[in-house]
Amino acid sequence: MAGPGGDMQWCFSQVKGAIDDDVAEADIISTVEFNQTGELLATGDKGGRVVIFQQEVENKNQPQFRSEYNVYSTFQSHEPEFDYLKSLEIEEKINKIRWLPQKNAAQFLLSTNDKTIKLWKISERDRRPEGYNLKEEDGRYKDPNTITSLRVPVLMPMDLMVEASPRRVFANAHTYHINSVSVNSDNETYLSADDLRINLWHLEITDRSFNIVDIKPANMEELTEVITAAEFHPHQCNTFVYSSSKGTIRLCDMRAAALCDKHSKLFEEPEDPSNRSFFSEIISSISDVKFSHNGRYMMTRDYLSVKIWDLSMESRPVETYQVHEYLRSKLCSLYENDCIFDKFECCWNGNDSVVMTGSYNNFFRMFDRGHRRDVTLEASRENSKPMQVLKPRKVCAGGKRKKDEISVDSLDFNKKILHTAWHPQDNIIAVATTNNLYIFQDKVN
Amino acid sequence: MSATTAMEVNVEARRILAVSISKLYASRTQRGGLRLHRSLLLSLVMRSARDIYHSSRESEVLTGAPSEEPMDTSSSQGEQTPQPEPQPEPQPILNSAEVTPEEPENTEDECEGEITEDKENLSPSRQSRKRRGKASAAPDFLPSKRARLEHGEERYAAALGSCRVGAGESLTTLSLNRVIPAF
Repeated sequence: MAGPGGDMQWCFSQVKGAIDDDVAEADIISTVEFNQTGELLATGDKGGRVVIFQQEVENKNQPQFRSEYNVYSTFQSHEPEFDYLKSLEIEEKINKIRWLPQKNAAQFLLSTNDKTIKLWKISERDRRPEGYNLKEEDGRYKDPNTITSLRVPVLMPMDLMVEASPRRVFANAHTYHINSVSVNSDNETYLSADDLRINLWHLEITDRSFNIVDIKPANMEELTEVITAAEFHPHQCNTFVYSSSKGTIRLCDMRAAALCDKHSKLFEEPEDPSNRSFFSEIISSISDVKFSHNGRYMMTRDYLSVKIWDLSMESRPVETYQVHEYLRSKLCSLYENDCIFDKFECCWNGNDSVVMTGSYNNFFRMFDRGHRRDVTLEASRENSKPMQVLKPRKVCAGGKRKKDEISVDSLDFNKKILHTAWHPQDNIIAVATTNNLYIFQDKVN
Repeated sequence: MSATTAMEVNVEARRILAVSISKLYASRTQRGGLRLHRSLLLSLVMRSARDIYHSSRESEVLTGAPSEEPMDTSSSQGEQTPQPEPQPEPQPILNSAEVTPEEPENTEDECEGEITEDKENLSPSRQSRKRRGKASAAPDFLPSKRARLEHGEERYAAALGSCRVGAGESLTTLSLNRVIPAF
C-alpha cells in the first residue's frame, strides 16, 4: 500500500546517543551530513566533537536490506577559545560539516565553528611495520652492538584503526559568526560565510582567502540584513547563492567581478500583506538554502515554510510547502520562549523528488513534489522497535481533535528537529533530535 | 478602532518591547558573544513594537479617532538621529509593562507620569518589580520557559540594578539602530 509521501513507508532503523532525558549541553547535535556516497554519516555537536558513522555494506544487495551505521571515528574537532581582544568566548560548537569528494583512500571533511574552519583527514590504518633494525617491538632502542644483520621491516596486519588528523586550519578570516561552508564542484576551493561576508578559500592555502561578498554597511547603524546561508552550485563552479535575513536569495557569478556584491539574480517573493505582524521579519528570515542535486532548483527554509525556486525564475518560488502553519497564530509566545529564532534546515532526496525538514515535538515533514503529498513523522524512543513502520502524525490546529491527533497546545517546543539529512542515493534518512540521531529507512528499499 | 482595542495593542506592544529588551540584555552575557543576526531581528521587533505603541498612544490621545494601521512596520531603514519621543520610553515601558498584565487601567497614568521623572533616580521600589505571573508571560499551552529566558530575566534585573545609568543611557540616548553597534 502506497503511503503518503510517495510510495515510501518509513521504518525505524537505529538510534544513536544517550537514552536519559537529562541532556548534557555538549551532546546537543548541531549538524548532520552524509558523504557523497552515503557510506559515511558525520555529526557534529555543541561540545566540538565529530562522530562519523560508517554503513555496513555486506547485505546491501539482498532484499529487506537493513543498513546499519556504526561508529567509525570520533574526534574533538574544535575546542573553546577565548578572543582576548574582544573579551569573548568562541564556542566550540560545530556549525557545519561538509565532506570533500573522495580522491584517495582517505576521507576528508571540513568542519567549522563560529570562527575557524578545519580540514580533517580520516584515514584507516590496518597494517603496521614490524621488524625494525634499531628498535624492539615495544619501541625500546636496541644496543647497536647486538645488531649483527640487517633486515627490511615488513608490514603486518593489525586491528583496524581509524585516525583523524587536522590537515589544514583556516583561521582569522571571519569577524562575525560563520554560518555556512560549501565545497565547490571544482574540488579545489570552498566558501565560508558569516553574517556579513563570504570568503573564498583554496583547500591548500590557509594563510589567505578572497572576500567575494561583503554586505557590511559603512555605518553599522544602517544594517538591515545579514547573510544566513550560502552554497555553491553543484555543477557550475562559478555560481553560488546566499540567503538573507530578509527572505531574499542572491545568485552570484564569480566571473562577473572579483567582489560579487552585485548579484546576478535576486530571488524574492512579495510578502502577503494579510500575514503582516510584529514578527513578519523574523519568520521571513531564511535559515537554510540548498541546491537540488540536478542544479536546476534551490530550496529555502524560513520559519513556517519550505519554498522551491526555479533558478530561471526570480519573481516567486515554484512551490511552497507549509511546514507548521498552525504556529502562525502562536508567534508571540514562540518569540517569548525563543523558539521563533530556531534555524531549521532542509534537504533533498537523491532524485530531487522529495524534500524534508524538521519541526517541533520531534516531528519532521516530507513533501513529495511529484505526487503533491506530504507526511508528518515522529522520531521518538516509543517508535523505535527494529523495522517498526512510522505512523503518520497529524496536528490538530483547532476545533475538534480527532483520535490520534495531537493539539498544538500539547506540542513540546523543547523537542525540535533542526538537522536532517538524506542519503544521496537510497531512501535512508538521518534525523537529529536534541541529542539523539535517528536513522530511518524505506521499507521497500 | 475602538479605544479598548487600541489600548490592547498598546499593552501588547509594550510587553513585546519589554521582552525584547530583556532578550537583548541576556544576549550580552551569552556564550559566543553577541549574535548579529539575532540582535538585528530583536531590534526589528522592538522598532515595530515601538512604532505601534506610539501610533496606538496617539489614537488613545485623540479618543475615538481611528488610529493608523497598527501592524505597519516602520519602513525607515536607517535612523540617524534619535527621536526625542522614544528616548524615555524604554525605561517607563519596562516598569509599567511589568505591571501591565494585571492593571491595564493604571498603565496610562503611570506611563505618562514617568516620562517626566528623572530616569536616573527612579526609586528602588521600581526595581523590585513584580515578577510577571506565569499566566501572562507563558501561556499555558506552551511548556515552561526555556532556562535561558528565565536566566535572561534574572540577569536583566541584576544588570539593570547594577548599571542602571549605563543601561538607561545606552537605550534612551541611542536610536534602536545604534543598539547593535553599541554593544
